[in-house]
Amino acid sequence: MPRVIVDVMPKPEILDPQGKAVHGALPRLGFSGITDVRQGKRFELEVDAADEATLAEIAKIAETLLSNPVIEDFAVRVEQ
Amino acid sequence: MTKVGVVTFPGSLDDVDARRAVRLAGAEPVALWHGDHDLQGVDAIVLPGGFSYGDYLRCGAIARFAPIMTEVVEAANGGLPVLGICNGFQILCESHLLPGALIRNDHRTFVCRDQQLVVENASTAWTSDYAVGQTVTVPLKNGEGGFVADVDTLDRLEGEGQVVVRYAGVNPNGSLRDIAGITNDRGNVVGLMPHPEHAVEELTGPGTEGLGFFTSVLTSLVSR
Repeated sequence: MPRVIVDVMPKPEILDPQGKAVHGALPRLGFSGITDVRQGKRFELEVDAADEATLAEIAKIAETLLSNPVIEDFAVRVEQ
Repeated sequence: MTKVGVVTFPGSLDDVDARRAVRLAGAEPVALWHGDHDLQGVDAIVLPGGFSYGDYLRCGAIARFAPIMTEVVEAANGGLPVLGICNGFQILCESHLLPGALIRNDHRTFVCRDQQLVVENASTAWTSDYAVGQTVTVPLKNGEGGFVADVDTLDRLEGEGQVVVRYAGVNPNGSLRDIAGITNDRGNVVGLMPHPEHAVEELTGPGTEGLGFFTSVLTSLVSR
């Protein structure tokens, strides 16, 4: 059964306190060289068929429920 | 007697305090249930604070689709006074009844304090008993209370006088332009992160300066 992935990320201009916290913890754990961290959400939607109509519907779902367009961007892709 | 409905969602915490504030202001509180499609003929509505649906997905994102919200949105668009406090404010933003959104506090910790606010718009349905420039102290308690919106929206809110209350002294959560509460074009829908319903009695709060939100709606309903 195909799986559709929806990634939701805070918009670049929106402060991401969680990503900042993760980024701040890295040097304390001895990891260096990471210049920024942004934290988002990943949704996995199981569908019978990943056809055009289904993907259009999932885009609608992503826009109305999975993300808040005021603060977040989303991307839809089919997992092979 | 004026009836003010208070909606209880799964995870609402401050619905009882909101009903008590309504009663102390001289109105009849009516408990409304999230799963109903019935506003029971109330004259105004409060969406209370708490953690509806455990703040899953985003604060207020799931409550927005509760059955009763169909009626609440319709009534708000028709001019019925609606006040959203804390989680209620988040629900109003998610419902697009108010612009902007609330994100995690910039300092990443939950904040609980008695907060000073300056009233900037005293002509909304919920703030008419205050004076512009008046300072009030009410409790504030949130983890995701940072108000954000794009620059155009912020400029419009300020330009049109839709900023209702602003944080004074300190900005407790990183809200842009110190915005603590806003209203819609019409002034009937107001949302704020601080909790006026916790400042309605000397015994249980930092004072009684929050009561004005609840008496204001009575005044505005009578004069309508």
